[in-house]
Amino acid sequence: MKRVLLSFVLLLPLGVAAQVTSTDVQKIMQRDFQTRGQATMDRVVQDGVQRVCTESNDRPPAELAKQMEADQLKTIAFPEGSLIGDWKRGEGIAQSGRGLQWTDPAGAAGGGSCYNCHQLSPQEGSHGTLGPSLLRFGATRGTGPEMQRYVYGKIYNAKAYNLCSQMPRLGYSGTLTPEQIKDLVGLLLDPASPVNK
Amino acid sequence: MKRFLAGVLLLGISSAPVPAQDAKKEIQKYQQMIAEGSPVELFELEGEALWKKPQGPKNASLEKCDLGQGPGVLKGAYARLPRYFKDADRVMDLETRLLHCMTTLQGRSREEATKRVFGNESQPSEMEYLSAYVAAQSRGAKLAAGTAHPKEKEAYELGRALFFHRAGGWDMSCASCHGEEDKRIRMQDLPVLYKREFARPIMATWPAYRVSNSQFKTMQWRINDCYRQMRYPEPNFASDTTIALTTFLTVTAAGEPYRGPGTKR
Amino acid sequence: MAGPMKMRATIAGGNTEVRVLMTHPMTTAQMKEGLHHIQNVVVKQNGKTVVEAEISQAVSRNPVFSFRLKGGAKGDKIEVSWLDNKGESNKIETAVA
Repeated sequence: MKRVLLSFVLLLPLGVAAQVTSTDVQKIMQRDFQTRGQATMDRVVQDGVQRVCTESNDRPPAELAKQMEADQLKTIAFPEGSLIGDWKRGEGIAQSGRGLQWTDPAGAAGGGSCYNCHQLSPQEGSHGTLGPSLLRFGATRGTGPEMQRYVYGKIYNAKAYNLCSQMPRLGYSGTLTPEQIKDLVGLLLDPASPVNK
Repeated sequence: MKRFLAGVLLLGISSAPVPAQDAKKEIQKYQQMIAEGSPVELFELEGEALWKKPQGPKNASLEKCDLGQGPGVLKGAYARLPRYFKDADRVMDLETRLLHCMTTLQGRSREEATKRVFGNESQPSEMEYLSAYVAAQSRGAKLAAGTAHPKEKEAYELGRALFFHRAGGWDMSCASCHGEEDKRIRMQDLPVLYKREFARPIMATWPAYRVSNSQFKTMQWRINDCYRQMRYPEPNFASDTTIALTTFLTVTAAGEPYRGPGTKR
Repeated sequence: MAGPMKMRATIAGGNTEVRVLMTHPMTTAQMKEGLHHIQNVVVKQNGKTVVEAEISQAVSRNPVFSFRLKGGAKGDKIEVSWLDNKGESNKIETAVA
């Protein structure tokens, strides 16, 4: 009898581990974190995208994902006219890792941290591999209004195209301005950009 | 200024693209080179002096501090952290426990003891020196963070949930960078830390001396700086969040022989 | 007050291998701390000077030096001392293991 009870007790913690929900984690974060500089406590309150992606392990149900992606698309205000900005400025923005951190002064120009994850200009060997290589992006995918819109939108709010993407919502979060995003579009699409040479 | 000059130098070097495999080999050679002549030992020496130095209103040293193996027992103690401590009724990592001893044994206020937990190259912090010394006494000991006590299980589960929890200004969790094999951020390889085989060599070499900026870094610092770069607000020093993450990582790395404070890029 | 030094000297292949770690900021003139670096390092083997080195500003903080001395035997006294541009100095002595 005792042996049976003991093995039952042992099985219990193994099989029925305390489930920590995202609501639990959020409460603990609200207790354990503090505002510093521009990094305020509202940032630990999950929005719908963060909540759904956490709870579905980044594999949300297809219907829900489609709906939420459409919602995210609505957050993007596409500028009028050509979206291809200055690729030379774009290269600088892609290199810069600043913006939104508590060590960044509020209001100072941010960067895209693009090279953290992507290959862009072939001359830059120090690039990450978290995201796909963007080498020859414009040369292979085209540079017309549709492609410009896609690239701009993706940088502004990547979640509009892939709900649980690991790519930050650079425009939506306020990290980059519309002008800066246009310059990144230029970096990717302009035939003169080193990305396309 | 040195950093600026170093940056200019790097720009010059990387103007010719280097094939990824050659770059990886060079980095390995570099890592070997820096490991063979590391200033880590200097931090251990300073840490030992601080451990023995009487401080605070009680004018006491830390020599009676109980890191889990008995008062003053340092051999293998770090390798068995984080663990539950009855006197604090809490799971604690190394730095949290050091803070506990500073306030109880030495009578120092929490405010004073935590005034400057992270140092810099010209002035490392007391926590950094002490961490180097204490961790070094666990060289060769197998990593064995506590897992039996209910609060230790809680800390592990919280740590695991935190690892995959997406939030912050850039919608990130630890797994955003440390979740997929063979990925790197810029030129820094990213270990998949929720997987045993990748967590083991990492947890066996923290805390660590970072050659690129001549600073000694601890786990509390590492977690703090990750959240900063993930665009979160700041996690509190010695908070349950930070301890839970270290618990999760150390338990995942269980069994790995601790190699002492590491030397990193 | 000069920071700690640590030294290890061993016999390998009939020669004496020495590795010494030094605590020193090694800051250049361009840095906010101003010029503060080790200028001279002297190594003595059983009281006799065997290495005299001039160290430049290019050497970084907390330098590590390793060198090989011809011959030598277990128990030999190795002494390493440094002098910086501000006149500060430190030294360490170890027996060859």
